Amino acid sequence: MMTNSPNPTPESAAAPAGVPRRAFLRYTGASVAITGLLLAGCDDDSDDVDANLVDVGADDTGILNYAYALEQLEAAFYAEIKNGAYYKGLGANSAEKQILDDLALHELAHKNFFKAALGNNAIKDLEPDFSAVNFGDKNSVLTNAQAFEDLGVAAYNGAGRFIKSPTNLALAGKIVSVEARHAALIRDLRQYNNFVGSDVVDLFIPTAGSESTPGAGTGTGKERSKRPQEVLNTANQFLKAGSKLSARSFS
Amino acid sequence: MDLLKLISDIEKVDPEVYERLDPRRRVFKHFGLAGKTLTAAMLPGLVSGIFQRAYGQGVSITPAVRDVLNLALSLEYLEFYFYDTAIKATGLIPDVDLPAFRIIRNDESGHIKVLREVLGSAAVTATREDFDYSGGEGRGDGPFKGVHDPGKYALFLGVAQSFVDTGVRAYKGGAPVLMPNPDILESALNIHSVEARHSSHVRTVRRAVAPGGNPSNGTAVPGNLSDLNNVPKSWISGKDNDGPSPSTTPSTALVYGAGIAPENYPAENNTSQAGVPIVGAGITEVAASEAFDEPLDPATVKKIARYFVRNTTQLFV
Repeated sequence: MMTNSPNPTPESAAAPAGVPRRAFLRYTGASVAITGLLLAGCDDDSDDVDANLVDVGADDTGILNYAYALEQLEAAFYAEIKNGAYYKGLGANSAEKQILDDLALHELAHKNFFKAALGNNAIKDLEPDFSAVNFGDKNSVLTNAQAFEDLGVAAYNGAGRFIKSPTNLALAGKIVSVEARHAALIRDLRQYNNFVGSDVVDLFIPTAGSESTPGAGTGTGKERSKRPQEVLNTANQFLKAGSKLSARSFS
Repeated sequence: MDLLKLISDIEKVDPEVYERLDPRRRVFKHFGLAGKTLTAAMLPGLVSGIFQRAYGQGVSITPAVRDVLNLALSLEYLEFYFYDTAIKATGLIPDVDLPAFRIIRNDESGHIKVLREVLGSAAVTATREDFDYSGGEGRGDGPFKGVHDPGKYALFLGVAQSFVDTGVRAYKGGAPVLMPNPDILESALNIHSVEARHSSHVRTVRRAVAPGGNPSNGTAVPGNLSDLNNVPKSWISGKDNDGPSPSTTPSTALVYGAGIAPENYPAENNTSQAGVPIVGAGITEVAASEAFDEPLDPATVKKIARYFVRNTTQLFV
């Protein structure tokens, strides 16, 4: 039983001044690794498969289905926007209408592409649940649009390492940058100059006085990835029972 | 070996040692140790591996991976100094837009830091003096001369869009080469999407400064399919009519056109993906092209960028 495992850390290890032992272990990842080594010796008995979940499958087919599921959700979201009072109230030549029309087309194109590419391997049509969205309210629509777009970018970025075929990686790359373009514009639409933010990017903060010295500062300027399970925990909130997803091969 | 003492000693000469080690908490996993028994005999190798990774040197990357990352790093330098010069210039970027360009400049600085750490001693170097933002290969008399001068904001934005879209295509083209190194691949992907966000914003700002636009907020101005050169959408429509400056040398048509081996690097107006036609079922030709960005090959990327460096440098060779 894991809960009865002895503490693997040698109690006698004396940390030198300035390096608390626990902090050191945290920095090196040693405690995580040691825990992992012990875990590896236990039977994996946490595999309670929920028959109600739609699993995306394994290998590249699984990743493509994972992307297909997210695109289904996005396409359904933008299609539903068009039935709402917020969209219907937009001027025919307004920027917002053009933006939402384009997003609906792009996400439909992504969805249709994955469905065609997957053929008989495609997961079923998912039933969305947008009851948490008020399609009559601009703020509700755009807040959720931003959440979907940011989630999509983090999902593609976090799935890249699981892809085995260079062709499929290239395809994901062609789509993720368009999702990022969407995300940035929706964010700018909600709050100008918010196209990147600390919620999605590990912002780089230059050392004061060294702004013109490249690389001098903290942070990385890299977007934060999300692994499939984290993404699906969010996505499943917008899917009906029977359409909720799992990605058991990608953890 | 007293590992803790060693770390403490390193801290005296490198206060950032913990920061260097920190992002690699899962370092053990990357050694393929999960599920194996850790033995004393494995420790020395593990320890040296931790430091090699932390300091970015000794990571085994192939020459192909190194080339992709160095091209990316060179492009980041091109962009960093371009934006840094603009931020410091007087009368160029309106106050309302300065925060955005500081964010972009800082993001590029972070990307440079990340790429340098991975490349270690193999990283290319560059200074402000290496670049000629007129597009004149060091002569200073290229078609974009004055791009950092007062009142040249529209010109500046057009060049910015061309640089960032080249960068997005370059990262996309390089990604498959990075597949043997999943962590490096993911870092590149995490940079790639940030560059795409930058492109989106620069395009939005261009709509604002176009004639008739509201200078404070481009999100209120729709893209103009009849004038994509000056009033683009935040994504690429077809080939954007060859970009902000189609009839100059260099021409921005290169940024949106096909690369060498168009079957792998099609032009941005491509509407067929993996053999699947995207047009149809309500999807127009324009929407089909907008929905997918396209990669660009290193040779074409270098050809574009080479106009913007002194011809005596080894950047983009």
